[in-house]
Amino acid sequence: MEIFELLRRPWPWYVAGPLIGLMVPLLLLAGNKMLGISSTLRQVCAMCFPGNVPFLKYNWKEQLWNIFFALGLLLGGFIGGVLLKPVANMPLSPATLHALSGYGISPQENILPIEIFNWAHLFTWQHLLIVVGGGFLVGFGTRYAGGCTSGHGIFGLATMQWPSLVAVALFFISGILTSNFLLPLLLK
Amino acid sequence: MKKRYFLYLLLGTIFGITLMKGDAVSWFRMQEMFRFQGFQMYGIFMTAIPTAALSIFIIKKFKIKTLDGQPVRILKKKFNWGYVYGGILFGIGWALTGACPGPIYVQIGSGLSIAVVTLISALLGTWVYSYLKPRLPH
Repeated sequence: MEIFELLRRPWPWYVAGPLIGLMVPLLLLAGNKMLGISSTLRQVCAMCFPGNVPFLKYNWKEQLWNIFFALGLLLGGFIGGVLLKPVANMPLSPATLHALSGYGISPQENILPIEIFNWAHLFTWQHLLIVVGGGFLVGFGTRYAGGCTSGHGIFGLATMQWPSLVAVALFFISGILTSNFLLPLLLK
Repeated sequence: MKKRYFLYLLLGTIFGITLMKGDAVSWFRMQEMFRFQGFQMYGIFMTAIPTAALSIFIIKKFKIKTLDGQPVRILKKKFNWGYVYGGILFGIGWALTGACPGPIYVQIGSGLSIAVVTLISALLGTWVYSYLKPRLPH
């Protein structure tokens, strides 16, 4: 089927970008929900292990929608990544490929570098720092910053909130420094 | 007010497929973005944000109501210094793991079991922040 073949190909930015942007009005119209994924992490903490932490003691039952939204992301990953798996991936820039191959990371048909994100190779201190340390900072940092790439980057900037601009600028400055200087050190 | 959980599941699914097919969940793509070597991610941000902004403008202009007939409300974010400290910390995690919270779920859904480690670490980070919150500068 032609439409299936079309959907299976990688989607260029001018298709993916507007669709992502449309999530903001759709969630607002569905029930005044503000796009933001990092809150689902807090939600899971509040549901499963609130301990005696005041910040995790809130009526999470009223926010259950975002758990369903997160489940949808899992399902979307399955549909997009398995059922609609492309024949060929979107090419990566040669400059990036060259730089990464210098750190022993080869291009492959995957979205994560198997040299790092791999159960067998996980337990070196460098890889633990990248996967576990990096994951920890994603959870810690987004909650500290009150949002992530979706909540601040898409929703916050689209609604012209200057605190979100501050947050996004720092996400990027810090990400640029990490990718260019810290990651190469860890992959030496 | 109806819960509409199925609708949120559906919207999340569309969002997940889009992130996946747009390659916005790829560690490689994030390194390319942070090294200014490719346009895909910048193109996504530069079209997603105006699309969202224009949609909100239309909603306001024509006073479009939610499915429950409520006026659309947009809460203002109030600045605190956590945006700065948290922003710096998240940026490090984003570049290392190649994932922000949304893509972590998508990666797991696409069959990458190792991304469960990223998710558990992120949950731990959120919990530790929540625990330390009263003692952290904001």
